[in-house]
Amino acid sequence: MLSHLPILQVILPLLAAPSCLILGRPALAWGFSFATSAAAMLISMLLLQQVWLEGPISYFLGGWEAPWGIEYCIDLLNAFLLLIVSSLSTVVLAGTRQSVAAEVEPNKQTLFYVSWLLCLAGLLGILATGDAFNVFVFLEVSSLSTYTLISLGRDRKALWASYQYLIVGTIGATFILIGIGLMYMMTGTLNMQDLAQRLPVVADTRTVFAAYAFVIVGVCLKLALFPLHLWLPNAYAYAPSAVTAFLAATATKVAVYLLIRFSFTVFGADFGAMDIPLHQLFIALGLIAVFSASLVAILQIDIKRAIAYSSVAQIGYMIIGLGLGSAAGLQATLLHLFNHALMKGALFMSLAAVALRMGSTRLDDLAGLSQRMPLTAMAFVLGGLSLIGVPLTVGFISKWYLVIATLEMGMWPVAVLILVGSLLAVMYIWRVVEVMYFRDPPASSQVSEAPVSVLLPLWLLVVANIYFGIDTALPVSVTADAAQALLGWGK
Amino acid sequence: MTDMLLTHYNYWVVMVLMMIGFYIVIAQGNLVKKLVGLNIFQTSVFILYISAGKVSGGSAPILDDAISVYSNPLPHVLILTAIVVGIATTALGLALIIRLREAYGSAEEKDIQEQNQC
Amino acid sequence: MTMTTELLISLTILTPVLAVPGILLFGNKQNLREAVSLIAAAALTWLSVNLFQQLQAGTVLAAQWWELLPGLTIAFHVEPLGMMFALIASSLWFVTVVYAIGYMRGHNEQNQTRFYACFAVAIAAVMGVALAENLFTLFVFYEVLSLCTYPLVTHAGTDKAKHGGRVYLGILLSTSIAFFLPAMIITWMQSGTLSFTAGGVFEEGTSVVLLSVLLVLFAFGVGKAALMPFHRWLPSAMVAPTPVSALLHAVAVVKAGVFTVLKVVVFIFGIDAVQSLPVTQWLIYLACASILLASLVAMRQDNIKARLAYSTISQLGYITLGAFLASANGVLGSALHIAMHAAGKITLFFCAGAIYVAAHKTLVSELDGLGRKMPYTFAAFTIAALSIIGLPPTGGTWSKWTLMLGAVDSDQLFVLAVLALSSLLNIVYLLELPARAFLRAAPASESDQHGGEAPWPSLLALCVTALSCIVLFFTAGPIMQFLQGISLT
Repeated sequence: MLSHLPILQVILPLLAAPSCLILGRPALAWGFSFATSAAAMLISMLLLQQVWLEGPISYFLGGWEAPWGIEYCIDLLNAFLLLIVSSLSTVVLAGTRQSVAAEVEPNKQTLFYVSWLLCLAGLLGILATGDAFNVFVFLEVSSLSTYTLISLGRDRKALWASYQYLIVGTIGATFILIGIGLMYMMTGTLNMQDLAQRLPVVADTRTVFAAYAFVIVGVCLKLALFPLHLWLPNAYAYAPSAVTAFLAATATKVAVYLLIRFSFTVFGADFGAMDIPLHQLFIALGLIAVFSASLVAILQIDIKRAIAYSSVAQIGYMIIGLGLGSAAGLQATLLHLFNHALMKGALFMSLAAVALRMGSTRLDDLAGLSQRMPLTAMAFVLGGLSLIGVPLTVGFISKWYLVIATLEMGMWPVAVLILVGSLLAVMYIWRVVEVMYFRDPPASSQVSEAPVSVLLPLWLLVVANIYFGIDTALPVSVTADAAQALLGWGK
Repeated sequence: MTDMLLTHYNYWVVMVLMMIGFYIVIAQGNLVKKLVGLNIFQTSVFILYISAGKVSGGSAPILDDAISVYSNPLPHVLILTAIVVGIATTALGLALIIRLREAYGSAEEKDIQEQNQC
Repeated sequence: MTMTTELLISLTILTPVLAVPGILLFGNKQNLREAVSLIAAAALTWLSVNLFQQLQAGTVLAAQWWELLPGLTIAFHVEPLGMMFALIASSLWFVTVVYAIGYMRGHNEQNQTRFYACFAVAIAAVMGVALAENLFTLFVFYEVLSLCTYPLVTHAGTDKAKHGGRVYLGILLSTSIAFFLPAMIITWMQSGTLSFTAGGVFEEGTSVVLLSVLLVLFAFGVGKAALMPFHRWLPSAMVAPTPVSALLHAVAVVKAGVFTVLKVVVFIFGIDAVQSLPVTQWLIYLACASILLASLVAMRQDNIKARLAYSTISQLGYITLGAFLASANGVLGSALHIAMHAAGKITLFFCAGAIYVAAHKTLVSELDGLGRKMPYTFAAFTIAALSIIGLPPTGGTWSKWTLMLGAVDSDQLFVLAVLALSSLLNIVYLLELPARAFLRAAPASESDQHGGEAPWPSLLALCVTALSCIVLFFTAGPIMQFLQGISLT
């Protein structure tokens, strides 16, 4: 049983999705999805522990050995991300029952949970698999269910956002497919480790170079790197609140994982640096993302949208870390993956609570929220502080590592810009704080605090934001080893 | 030059198809047409895979004592999966278009954008 | 004493925080709520005195809470400079709570529970700053202090208060993130430690350019020290209720700033290194400019609190100046001035608040003849003003004296002229208030409308602090002796 964990991780939510459909009643479907997600979380914990103690796990699907069969390969990096994705999914799911009941039509609620499970299965699949084509398949599984989830939003604009995302997402996925195809033509294998061994031999050909370009651009579309980010704000703003929390905490992380996996494991750390200044490009694009998205976030009247733009900015930070190309930079990116999942989860969960009670997340409607919903407001503030990077929160740890990584490379202007960028975060968070705390609520409003079932997971995330800002041992040691392994493996 | 055109003709077909599809996605205002463009775009990639699996002189990959050279079956199998994914995407896209038309009364990008503005 | 030193230190920092649930719990019962604050303040003072005694007895007082990253800890270590700061802050917290009871009730302020809760957290942060073992710990509590005083500044909730709060938080956070944090990170990368070490942490032969850049980054990064041109937040923060202005912006927040500068100069760079850096000379000029310019601006302010705010900026310049003089006497004078200015300035703010509560006056030009109605208040004001100016028999005399000695030691003779000139300016803008109140006749239009002094708790508080200014004159000897225990090398 234990040896089958890598596949169980993926197959469990995949099988649970159709079974969920049979259950019919939304409440049952929710309970079932939650249980499934929790089981996936448990498995990922076991996996991480196993990898931590015994090193990477190889699992051959159906007993067919690689490179003929499909191999699932779990090392520290994806074990860590599996844990992030499955645990965030579980925590967010725990708090979604009421939010979904309020925001999604009754006859579609069961389908909502089915799509959620499919999306989870897709994301976990991308992370677990060691086969390039398998990545594409799971990418599409998660994408298609994501489009469905987004289109379930209340506003009709959700449909439009979903359609736009479908077009862009499919182009991105197809780009990845082209890249994988070209790689296969040159090497005759789809197994990532095999690819890593065979690609250097043919690395000088234009075909491999084209493959690299297609894969990177395709992945960057999925992870919403500036200037390919235009689908994200709409999709996040109009999706049901719970979906936004889930996607913001997981989907972009998985895309960043793909970028890391392809550029470090498959092509090798040195590949991109050869002919084009990809590293510098990443740093530049990351910085532009930080600044442009943060500035736009400051101007938004809908807070959910503002925080969505902030996601684009935060992805910028991760890309900067990647662009540094050093172990420290990579570690900073991996840390921020984890930390950003925690803070965005907390922020969007609190907005979900607001949407549940207020029916809106527009700035003006948040007036006096601290008096009506003190715990939710406080959670938002703490999540915001973490986003800004205040000491004793996870945000500070990411920023600390990122700045040190840039300074180690002697890029002090980048370090300064990173810090100035976090001042912009102060601005878009503080606008909200002012309205919530120093404006009186409209006299007519009868809003009360969010239900315990929402507050509990929300505060779990908030506490995690602080806990992992103080006790950093787990994420720091895991990411340090993962970064070392990535840079060592490619050579 | 002609040599390159002729020996790699399958790639040229793929490229032309791909660009046609891509152009339709970008240039067309009608949502259904966009989706058709996307389909053409995807199909070109399918052809890329399938044509790459062909080994000159090779026969269909069905085991037979008389045949020693087979075409590579793996890309074909892969593309079978990709086609399924493509159909699912198209179906979902069409479903979304129906919902969009119900909500906005139009399937033209221009009309929807206008209504979103106000 | 059965308490271990670690527990004692932790309690010193946590006591104010422990009071917060009590304050929130009794949110609707004023008397109980204030009682909680008072008890916590008394307990904190007792704990500080306890620490002081142990320090005097030669015990090594250190505690560690967490290790965030390898080598990066939240840890505490008690040394004379921090001990003095902790003692000042804790005892003045008690006095301020007494004062606030009179002020807040006399003035019917809203949201008093939030006020007392945030106040307590701010004091905890100050304790953390004072007792920090390393720069990182100090930075953490420094940020906590900025954040938890923000609700205090915007207490009124008006647009003006919100704007003030924005400037306040904006400048403090941006300087600390853009300058302080990178300076700290570079220090860490360069020296591998952030622990406050006697004589500095940098190895011999570290690049002068790097050190100069770092020193400038620290000087500006510690926005709370209000070194020009990053002083704008202080006048903006004066929209806060007066007890807040008094404790936080005359004592806790600004002193946390200059305290940080002093700590960095003495324990991160080491005074020898600072003295040898070419950039130090320019920072001394800047501090002098800050002293004089702020005094000149203060003269033109008609609003009492604004005038006091600029006076604070000027006085903070003294402390920064002393730090950059980087001689034994300079550091001593700075440390002494932290104490002396705290006692003086808090009295002045208390008086301003008392005038506001009792007579509803906020402008200097409205004070004519008020001295006859509020004799105690203005007498206290005069004593405190003398201390700020630096005239006997008040504590301020000694700190100025020592600073001047420090200037002579460092061969910066022009500093003497700056200090003398500044004293003259102080006389003009500070003594104008009691002069108007006592010597001019009240305008005929408002004879005997408002009678008497502020509520008794406020009056009591300001008399106590005024008295302390005089007491400090006579007890300066032992204090200086204690402060000479700061290990400079």
